[in-house]
Amino acid sequence: MGGSWWSARPTCTGTMLTSSVFTGLSWNPVDDVHALFTYPFMQHALAAGTIVAVMAGVIGWFMVLRRQTFAGHTLSLTAFTGASAAVLAGVPIVLGYFTVCGLGALALAGASGPRRSQGTESAATGSIQAFALGLGFLFVSLYHGVLNGLDSLLFGTFLGITSSQVLVLLVVAVVAIALVAVAARPLLFASVDPDVARASGVRVQLLGLGFLLVLGLSVAETSQITGALLVFALLVTPAATAQRLTTRPLAGVVLSVALALLVTWLGLALAYFSVYPVGFYITSLSFALYVLARVFA
Amino acid sequence: MLAQEFMRNALVAGSFVAIACGLVGWFVVLRAQVFAGDALSHVAFTGALAAAALGIDIRAGLFLATILGGVVMGALGDRARADDVVIGTLFAWTLGLGVLFLTIFTTNGSGSNGTAGVRVLFGSIFGLSTTDVRISVVLAVAAVAVLAVLGRPLLFASLDGAVAAAQGVPVRMIGLVFLGLVGLVAAQATQAVGALLLLGLLAAPAGAAHRLTGRPYLGLGLSALFAVGSVWLGLTLSYVFPTLPPSTMIISTAVGIYVTAMSLSPLRRLVG
Repeated sequence: MGGSWWSARPTCTGTMLTSSVFTGLSWNPVDDVHALFTYPFMQHALAAGTIVAVMAGVIGWFMVLRRQTFAGHTLSLTAFTGASAAVLAGVPIVLGYFTVCGLGALALAGASGPRRSQGTESAATGSIQAFALGLGFLFVSLYHGVLNGLDSLLFGTFLGITSSQVLVLLVVAVVAIALVAVAARPLLFASVDPDVARASGVRVQLLGLGFLLVLGLSVAETSQITGALLVFALLVTPAATAQRLTTRPLAGVVLSVALALLVTWLGLALAYFSVYPVGFYITSLSFALYVLARVFA
Repeated sequence: MLAQEFMRNALVAGSFVAIACGLVGWFVVLRAQVFAGDALSHVAFTGALAAAALGIDIRAGLFLATILGGVVMGALGDRARADDVVIGTLFAWTLGLGVLFLTIFTTNGSGSNGTAGVRVLFGSIFGLSTTDVRISVVLAVAAVAVLAVLGRPLLFASLDGAVAAAQGVPVRMIGLVFLGLVGLVAAQATQAVGALLLLGLLAAPAGAAHRLTGRPYLGLGLSALFAVGSVWLGLTLSYVFPTLPPSTMIISTAVGIYVTAMSLSPLRRLVG
């Protein structure tokens, strides 16, 4: 008992390592770029990565502005719970992602409030996060066959993305970005100065809940590509870099999207030509950009 | 239940880990540094896997990474309280590194070692050896001793940093040492409940205590009590129902206590 369930695990993780089945980098960059677009799985991966990066760049900028990194991280971990619950229940994983991330957003909104102290609020967030992960682990251990998939749930895979998945991603991204675009002005106001915003009639509370829901939506979407543990890299790092470089909202959002796109494309390309996982490249590239921005700006 | 050696090991180690987590967690919640604890738990994952990839003792990597991580986080922030965005950016990258080490480890390691990632992430309290137990007892006692020495100035610095600094309390230094201590406790808890779940043991019992009372000593006591209770109840549940993983049960109990405390928080006026 206790632990015996995972000792029966077959050999090492397959999904993350197969990225090197194709030929390595040649000396001809044109050939390399051509090779990148040859296979349908890679075309899907690039399309999905692009959609996810644009969305994470926009939503992440607001998340960093609102100092909701902890909430965002907690939501991104609930994605793991959603996926494992869906696998256990035998329903499409996408359904699990969106349902559980939505529930997580509601729970987080309930835990935060204008009258709560920072300490108790963060304790509540931390408790929600640990509970969600514990549940996820329970689902995984109840479902004995998923073990090989555990790594890809947590750390993502860009292989095997279907064109229908890309379509779902696109629809969700358009909806989320449209919602944020509609609410952009009051959201910006409420994020920068909630007290003044409330005094001038902006419904700060409602906006906060709405934003958490959109954040949950985008996290659910992003984690399908990057895995639950690495969503955060696309959400927080490009946005944080952008906010160090400019304080103007529109320029900041555009820059954040551009940076997210850059690291996603480069990360996918590097992962394609090497044995190491895409998550490592995306996090390292975005972190390098952040350090550069801190040093030079 | 107590006749089984693995169960005795789990209960002893779990209790000491819980006491350390409960006490340190109370200060973590007081200082609103739960996110730093969250980051440290991920640093623990990377540290352990780096050690695994390099082929050295996992514990060495674990403790080195978390204590170092705590100190770095303390050094980066103003007044030893790192900015959430800085923490987030740092540990997003740390996780990426962890994935790299996991890949290196699973590529080089034999199939039987393929579970290391899962063990680090979700703990293996039933797999602790007698040596592990001894280490966790010693470390828990050390952590509590440091906290006992640090307690009063730490409380002062946490409640009102400016006044404490004016009175000559080395606020920044205390913050650094405290984050290092959180790192130590995080590494210890990783062995019991895993890197991903230790936040529950740090935040939930302490959060419950803060809901129930504002008095420091009573709160610290309650927090440790809740943490130990969660470990005991969680282990028992997992023993009775073998399909339920122990770490999930421990965390669920802790969160259950937190939710109960939240609904009871009107009682706070009675307790003080």
